[in-house]
Amino acid sequence: MSGAVTLRGISKSYGETLAVSELDLSVEQGEIVALIGPSGCGKSTLLRLVAGLERPDAGTVAVGDRLVAGEGQGWVPPEQRRVGMVFQEHALFPHLTVGDNIRFGLDRQPRTEQEARVLEVLELVHLPQVVDRYPHELSGGEQQRVALARALAPRPEVVLLDEPFSSLDESLRARVRADTVTALRATGTTALLVTHDQTEALSIGDHVGVMRAGVIEQWGRPVEVFERPVSRFVASFMGDADFLPASLVDGGLGCELGLVTIRTDVSDAEVVVRPHEVSLRLPAAGITGAPAVVDRVEYQGPFILHTVRLASGRTVRSWQPHSVRYPVGTEVLASIAAGIVPRLLSGDAALADDPT
Amino acid sequence: MEAGVETDVETDRPGAGGGRATRLSGTGRPGWTALVVVIALIVSVPVVSVLVQALASAGNLALPGNLGEMVLTTGALLALVGLGTAVLGVGLAWLVTAYDFPGRRLFSWMLVLPLAMPAYVLGFLFLSTFGPAGVPARLSRSAFGGSGAVEVLSGWMGAPVVLSLTLYPYVYLLSRAAFRGQGQVTWDAARMLGASPWRAFRQVLLPLARPALAGGLAVVMMETLTDFATVQYFGVRTVSVGVYLTWKGTFDFASAAQLSVLVLAFAVMVLTGERLLRGGARYDARGAHRPPAAPTVLSGVARWWAFAAAASVLAAGFVLPVVQLVWWAVTATLTDSSSLSTGRFATSLTNSAVMAALAALACVTLALLVTHGVRMTGGRLARTAAQLTTFGYAVPGAVIGIGVLVSFAALDRSLEGLGVPGGTGLVVTGSVIGLLASYVVRFLAPAYQAVDASFTTISPSVTNSAFSLGASPLRVLRRVHLPLSRSGIAVALVLVAVDAVKELPLVLLLRPFGFTTVSVWVYELANENFWEQAALPALLIVALAIIPVFFLVRQVRLAEPPRQVGS
Repeated sequence: MSGAVTLRGISKSYGETLAVSELDLSVEQGEIVALIGPSGCGKSTLLRLVAGLERPDAGTVAVGDRLVAGEGQGWVPPEQRRVGMVFQEHALFPHLTVGDNIRFGLDRQPRTEQEARVLEVLELVHLPQVVDRYPHELSGGEQQRVALARALAPRPEVVLLDEPFSSLDESLRARVRADTVTALRATGTTALLVTHDQTEALSIGDHVGVMRAGVIEQWGRPVEVFERPVSRFVASFMGDADFLPASLVDGGLGCELGLVTIRTDVSDAEVVVRPHEVSLRLPAAGITGAPAVVDRVEYQGPFILHTVRLASGRTVRSWQPHSVRYPVGTEVLASIAAGIVPRLLSGDAALADDPT
Repeated sequence: MEAGVETDVETDRPGAGGGRATRLSGTGRPGWTALVVVIALIVSVPVVSVLVQALASAGNLALPGNLGEMVLTTGALLALVGLGTAVLGVGLAWLVTAYDFPGRRLFSWMLVLPLAMPAYVLGFLFLSTFGPAGVPARLSRSAFGGSGAVEVLSGWMGAPVVLSLTLYPYVYLLSRAAFRGQGQVTWDAARMLGASPWRAFRQVLLPLARPALAGGLAVVMMETLTDFATVQYFGVRTVSVGVYLTWKGTFDFASAAQLSVLVLAFAVMVLTGERLLRGGARYDARGAHRPPAAPTVLSGVARWWAFAAAASVLAAGFVLPVVQLVWWAVTATLTDSSSLSTGRFATSLTNSAVMAALAALACVTLALLVTHGVRMTGGRLARTAAQLTTFGYAVPGAVIGIGVLVSFAALDRSLEGLGVPGGTGLVVTGSVIGLLASYVVRFLAPAYQAVDASFTTISPSVTNSAFSLGASPLRVLRRVHLPLSRSGIAVALVLVAVDAVKELPLVLLLRPFGFTTVSVWVYELANENFWEQAALPALLIVALAIIPVFFLVRQVRLAEPPRQVGS
């Protein structure tokens, strides 16, 4: 296996604080990996360890085939790692023009090649016209794209992005994000991105690593991480989720919203229900579901978030399409949407899917 | 999960660079750590060698007989200057902060100006003005038949008065920052609770300003300890004077070093005193950006009393001395009685300029290497060493001077031991190299502070970007850090150059025979009562010294704490 970035048993602590704990990670050539987690989970430290801005206490880091950090195996300083980095505040050199910023990493190449490469990467981010401007003359989105172009220019083995979009306005973010992914894909660059925005992680990553307290709690494709969370933490961090107790009922395991699964091998579990998995209907003949009362209604643009109170007093949330809006106090029937097999939790860990 | 919070999202925001660097070694680059440590060691060599020399010769004490008197004199001088600067500094800071009177805004920054008046200049002006031949003494004699009360100021008491008048701005600046900052809130609260202005000042503001007062007084006392030129005008024999006279009289390392240790002991006492006075409180100007509340408007006679108080201090400490200097300089030039001395003036001017340029270059180069080195490693060791490089500013000049001499002598001996005849050949009569070394030890601190302030505006991620683009540490220095800290480097160059031109004690102690700088030239002329001739070079020094004061005033205007807080 020739990963672009391979971490083995990496640990890093600051004094008493354990930032990264015996972590393994392998990023394949050309893939984009998103690391996500709450503040202090160690995701930025992980990035800095790959960049060479931190030294691991234990474990090894390899970039391509080259070991760049490891116990007793020497240490490759950041400037010799061929690892590009894009920072949250872009960190362009304020005293250099855009062209000189990009040329900074190309100083070992002949002048003519430098010029060609500068234009090439600026084309890639659709900004060839800003080559002679200074960073302060650019908008935030332009600065971010120049920072990416600068990182890509020396053709690094891997590009690390540390919350690169979080300093941008909401309206700008989606576009810059899409442009960034396009540029990374177009060049086949391996990328490791750190974010605390779950939409970003799910939409960008070929793989997503959900981190907590210095370890990767779940590693997988975005769809796996979202639909098959391995723990209560991942379930609630990657999207909204409500948890309902489940018990054995006729024909399987059920919760207040109805039958969940036909398996009977578990008795004490909780059901993870996400707002898009809960359907609400007005009582009528032939309609089944748990009786509930609409407690709160939030307009969210494309969706309307209804919070309903069940007979037990528990609340669950449900996204209804734009056109459906039940007033507060409406009696509705809540159920799990057809075709959904919700995730089950036992304690804080998810139960393996029913093998049958 | 709260564990490690600081290691994550906050990372790489501008100014967050210091937060994570708690490791001893940082991210490697032992070469840069070693460089910073070596610079710190070189800077501390003089103090260490004084201690070693004093210990080595502890068996045969060769101290002067009037040692007890010297110690008492030093203590009395420190106490008087401390009292004087505290009263002037805190009082004036309080006046311009809390009360409105004619000229308040102008006074609030002009009261810093006496800092540009070196004590050895104001000192000889006092000698001439308040001496038996001065106008006040003559007036007093014709009016009261005696002039003893006036002539006191040209005697022993002149020393604490002159030092207080030139040094109070340190206390003034720090107190003012404290009053404007957190003080404002508590002052308002106290007044709202019904306390009178005086009670609010005494019970609320004074305790709050205590850390600032402690910091300011420590700087003042360090400057007082360093001085052994001004006090000699007034016949005051402090321990520092003792070091100077012993060395110049006997050229005996042992006794000079032993006396220097005594000076060092006073310095340690001052710093310990600062810690105690400061207590658990930390000087904190976080609230300094609050807009100050409107000061109480004084009415009637009171406003003119306030005006008179501020004006008289400013007049005595700056305006009148400058007027007097200008007058003398003009008359001396017109009468042209100084044709003999113009040659020496030109020589000393050249010497001062060369020394200042060399000192500035050396200090700023070292400061840049240290700051860059700390940024390269981020380790605790390098950070501690960097702090160590600034301590020369808190070591009295006599100690640095003797320390440089002792360490050069040791270097000579080891060179001779290695078979180099005559060693460096630089020592006993003093040398320009030794003088330069002492300048570096003493002035590395302001250079470091200015350069470091510039570096803190460079986000760590800018440095890290350069690394990730394949730049070596030296290329990062040349292409990124150097251009981005240009303003700090410029400020550092100016500060050190001006400090070097102003410096007198170190030059007196270390200069080679016949080597004169402008400051020495002023001092020699003043000592021989050639006041008119001393005026022009003195004016030149004052004019140069206004430049760093200008930086300070600008900082005051930005309502920021001044540089060298509690150094």
